[in-house]
Amino acid sequence: MEHFEPEIVAFCCHYCAYTAADMAGSKRISYPSNVKIIRVPCSGKVDAIHLMKALEKGADGVYVAGCLAGDCHFKNGNVRAEARVNRVKKLLTELGWEPERVAMFNMSAGMGEAFAQVAKEFTETIKKLGPSPGRTGAMDKAAS
Amino acid sequence: MITAEQKPIQEIIQYIAPYSKILLVGCNECVTVCAAGGRKEVGLLASALHLNHLKQGKNIDIREITLERQCDPEYVEELAPYIDGVDAVVSMACGCGVQTIAARFKKTPVFPAVNTRFMGASLSQGVWSERCKGCGDCVLGITGGICPVARCSKHLFNGPCGGTSNGQCEVSPDIDCAWRLIWERLKELGMESRYEELMEAKDWRPGGAGGPGTIIREDLA
Repeated sequence: MEHFEPEIVAFCCHYCAYTAADMAGSKRISYPSNVKIIRVPCSGKVDAIHLMKALEKGADGVYVAGCLAGDCHFKNGNVRAEARVNRVKKLLTELGWEPERVAMFNMSAGMGEAFAQVAKEFTETIKKLGPSPGRTGAMDKAAS
Repeated sequence: MITAEQKPIQEIIQYIAPYSKILLVGCNECVTVCAAGGRKEVGLLASALHLNHLKQGKNIDIREITLERQCDPEYVEELAPYIDGVDAVVSMACGCGVQTIAARFKKTPVFPAVNTRFMGASLSQGVWSERCKGCGDCVLGITGGICPVARCSKHLFNGPCGGTSNGQCEVSPDIDCAWRLIWERLKELGMESRYEELMEAKDWRPGGAGGPGTIIREDLA
């Protein structure tokens, strides 16, 4: 697993993180290609099942990027998203998965650098954790 | 409504450990409203069980279905086409739903995925509080609409006990003393005299002490 390149899914709010990703592109700020962006109309649209399904389908890490505190276009979608991320973290812990595989980040539409920084740091975190237990479980089974 | 909470995931995993084909059944009624066992929770539990098995390198086949009501035989009958193809059923309904499935499908084990808690009301989004014990002889008409059976920790009928402190219950400062609430409400209604009327010892038989309850409406049965 020396050359492990994680698959990361980022649910990005249309009003902030998705635009911030655009901003990063316009400014030619690079971020890891491991991060696959899914645009959502609000981070509050992201439910626990979306995070779980991403992991179930093979993602090594998933994060939600929503607006800064108090700046949600729909009042409190980012607060709800964070609560759901925390719920999934708890569930993963109970299942013996690393809770760090899911995370919540907040940024504004103008924070292209922050978007790239978050993408880099989260990718590094997942690289350190290694492949998802879903992948290693299948490999362990095949080896035994 | 009847409220419930999902069981610890490890308890559910232990139940289904010997099986590889599971029918996971939700209910569209009370457990949907209290976010314990509706379609959404069925999906989430199925996903969690998949993650658990992926980690162990095992396969599990989970069929998800959510019935209109699990406590009515006509809806439970909808499971008949699937039951022979599964090793076990996991129900996310209250205890009534689990037992209705168990009564209909005698050869397939049924396991509960939620703990049924109480008959409660919603205080705000995501918060439910016990309001009824189903005592079978409602006294709300003489207690200002506040139930001493459900909301007094000792189910007292003639005023508070000595444990009430600053209007809160001795069981926990987070619990309002039901009799403080009743008194305040009776005062608001100008019905303080009601407080002086002694209530006789309650007959607990209609509430379960006389054995499992049954209602037969002859005009409907």
